[in-house]
Amino acid sequence: MEFIKNIINWSSGPTVLFTVATIAFALSIKYPQVWSKKFAYILFGGMAVFYCFSMFDPNFFLIVAKPDNVPITFMLFLVAFFTWFALHQGVENDKRVAAGEEPLEKQEQDKVWVWPDLVYVELLCMVLLTIGLVVWSILLPAPLEQPANPADSPNPSKAPWYFLGLQEMLVYFDPWLAGVVFPTLIVVGLLAIPFIDTNPKGNGYFTFKERRAEIAIFLYGFIVLWILLVVSGTFLRGPNWNFFGPYEYWDPHRVEPLLNVNISDIFWVRVLGRPLPSNPIVREFLGIGMILFYTGFLPVALAWPKEKFPKFLQWMSLNNYYEKMGPARYYLGVMLFLLMISLPIKMYMRWIWDLKYIVAFPEIFFNI
Amino acid sequence: MQKVLNAFSGAWDAMTESQVWKSVFRHGAITSNRNRVLVMMSNVFLHLHPVKSRKAGIKLRYTWCMGGITFFLFLVLTLTGLLLMFYYRPTVEYAYADIIDLSEHVPLGIMRELHRWGAHAMVITVWLHMFRVFMTGSYKPPREFNWGVGVILLVLTLLLSFTGYLLPWDQLAIWAITVGSNMARATPLLGTEGPLTAALKLGDINLINSGNDARFALLGARSVGENTLLRFYVLHCVGLPLVAAVLMSVHFWRVRKDGGISGPM
Ligand code: HEM
Repeated sequence: MEFIKNIINWSSGPTVLFTVATIAFALSIKYPQVWSKKFAYILFGGMAVFYCFSMFDPNFFLIVAKPDNVPITFMLFLVAFFTWFALHQGVENDKRVAAGEEPLEKQEQDKVWVWPDLVYVELLCMVLLTIGLVVWSILLPAPLEQPANPADSPNPSKAPWYFLGLQEMLVYFDPWLAGVVFPTLIVVGLLAIPFIDTNPKGNGYFTFKERRAEIAIFLYGFIVLWILLVVSGTFLRGPNWNFFGPYEYWDPHRVEPLLNVNISDIFWVRVLGRPLPSNPIVREFLGIGMILFYTGFLPVALAWPKEKFPKFLQWMSLNNYYEKMGPARYYLGVMLFLLMISLPIKMYMRWIWDLKYIVAFPEIFFNI
Repeated sequence: MQKVLNAFSGAWDAMTESQVWKSVFRHGAITSNRNRVLVMMSNVFLHLHPVKSRKAGIKLRYTWCMGGITFFLFLVLTLTGLLLMFYYRPTVEYAYADIIDLSEHVPLGIMRELHRWGAHAMVITVWLHMFRVFMTGSYKPPREFNWGVGVILLVLTLLLSFTGYLLPWDQLAIWAITVGSNMARATPLLGTEGPLTAALKLGDINLINSGNDARFALLGARSVGENTLLRFYVLHCVGLPLVAAVLMSVHFWRVRKDGGISGPM
């Protein structure tokens, strides 16, 4: 028992959890057939067993049963269910299309009376929801802690749960990025989706095959970079924002050494064995170069035709998208995509090299 | 038995034939197609809907009713929020005590619970609604604009939730808002600790300081205090719900104008 718990504790650490989630995600995109009914039984059965089994653990119970955390459990199950449901319907429709039939939605084109056909569903929905909400409210009192005290900051101090994905980003990026630039980019990116995506297919029915790339990008952002970070920020981040496994006690005295170094340290001190140059631009030139490469050169280079790439990199060419979308759409889309995956890139740089900043101008609060 | 039934149906007829009843409901029993049209057209709430709809679009497995549920939760929150406003005073002196009174001295005191759990639920259903709209490709032409309205509604939902989080004025509240609003300090150009802000100078004087930066504008003070409470209260109870209600009307109007719930061409 302890052994299983230790394994689960270990595998829910940020590094392992994130890597496993990313790989599982990639596999499910490669082999969408997994979104079958059988898989649903395994998935929800597994989640239910995990929860039931874990509830007997006092540390797990303490965190999960906190009133404000209860909705996150609901969310976890709902998001899992609807992800499965959407992809399952998409895959089913793809099968029908492959067999020469039409998507299910196309076969239900005939019009029906809204009264009563729709109105009664809505009424039923409202009644059930009201009952659910009232029962929930009777069973679970809303939390109220000690009166506000500006002199006594609790540890951990957490933002409201729906912003915990951003708070998790603070581990890897400074507040101006994690708290200002990235949230803005998320909103701008969402607004831009209909204008970037010019694929006319898959409008008005579930499908996977016809919109593979769009769905993959959106799902990765939504499930792995948002929902997963919210959930782990809620359940797995304790005092000092340290990581704690689901069965670990949130020990406020646990100290984790911070050994992170900047690229400038690695380059000048470790590799060249010299002190840091006093001119900040010289000091940071490598990091500046990397940022310029990533945001300036890479988007342009990716648009080149395959032949311009070395053989082993040819899969990276996005030339067909460039041709299809035109420069404006292509650059907007690629920039947003690159900025989105800059989060996992920075995460892995941290985990592998203890990297703190790629570019560091602490003088003017400009650290990346 | 028969007598009782007859009496009932007699009473029913008398009621539905009366001038009062007919002044409210402009159509007879909804058993004919004509009356199915009339009920949808003559009722201000129902007329958001079309009279007829494609079968695929009203299937639960297609819309998950998520937009509808989100809207319903918004209504629940408006109603319960209104009731909470009867008791709650947004001052440092009273706020916390009023919250306690709400559960201890108000009969059937679950209004606060309904409001809090409803708000959490609404955040979740908004995300799921967006997810559904994405997965059915319903943001594609001609619905690009309505997707945009939706994104703004999503932001408003989060802001509503965020401003409400402060109002109980307990430790959870002020520290969550402190952590959240600390970010504003790092806004480029507009926050004291933001990149490039130091470049905004007149002679030797920094234009942006902790008394006028982005965080100050959000909190109405240098730290979360009574000004913040008032500011968040006004936004939470008046400003944001009004904007959200207007945008929801636009959203629903647009669903109709863009050809109803999306479906395959
Ligand atoms: C307060 C928040 C919101 C409310 C109350 C709301 C409500 C609704 C309702 C009732 C519908 C009808 C169909 C359905 O129930 O699915 C709808 C459709 C739609 N919503 Fe929302 N919505 C909200 C937020 C959003 C968000 C965040 C997005 C996207 C980012 C969005 C985009 C759309 C689009 C594009 C449609 C048309 C879908 C179709 O035709 O299939 N909405 N919304």
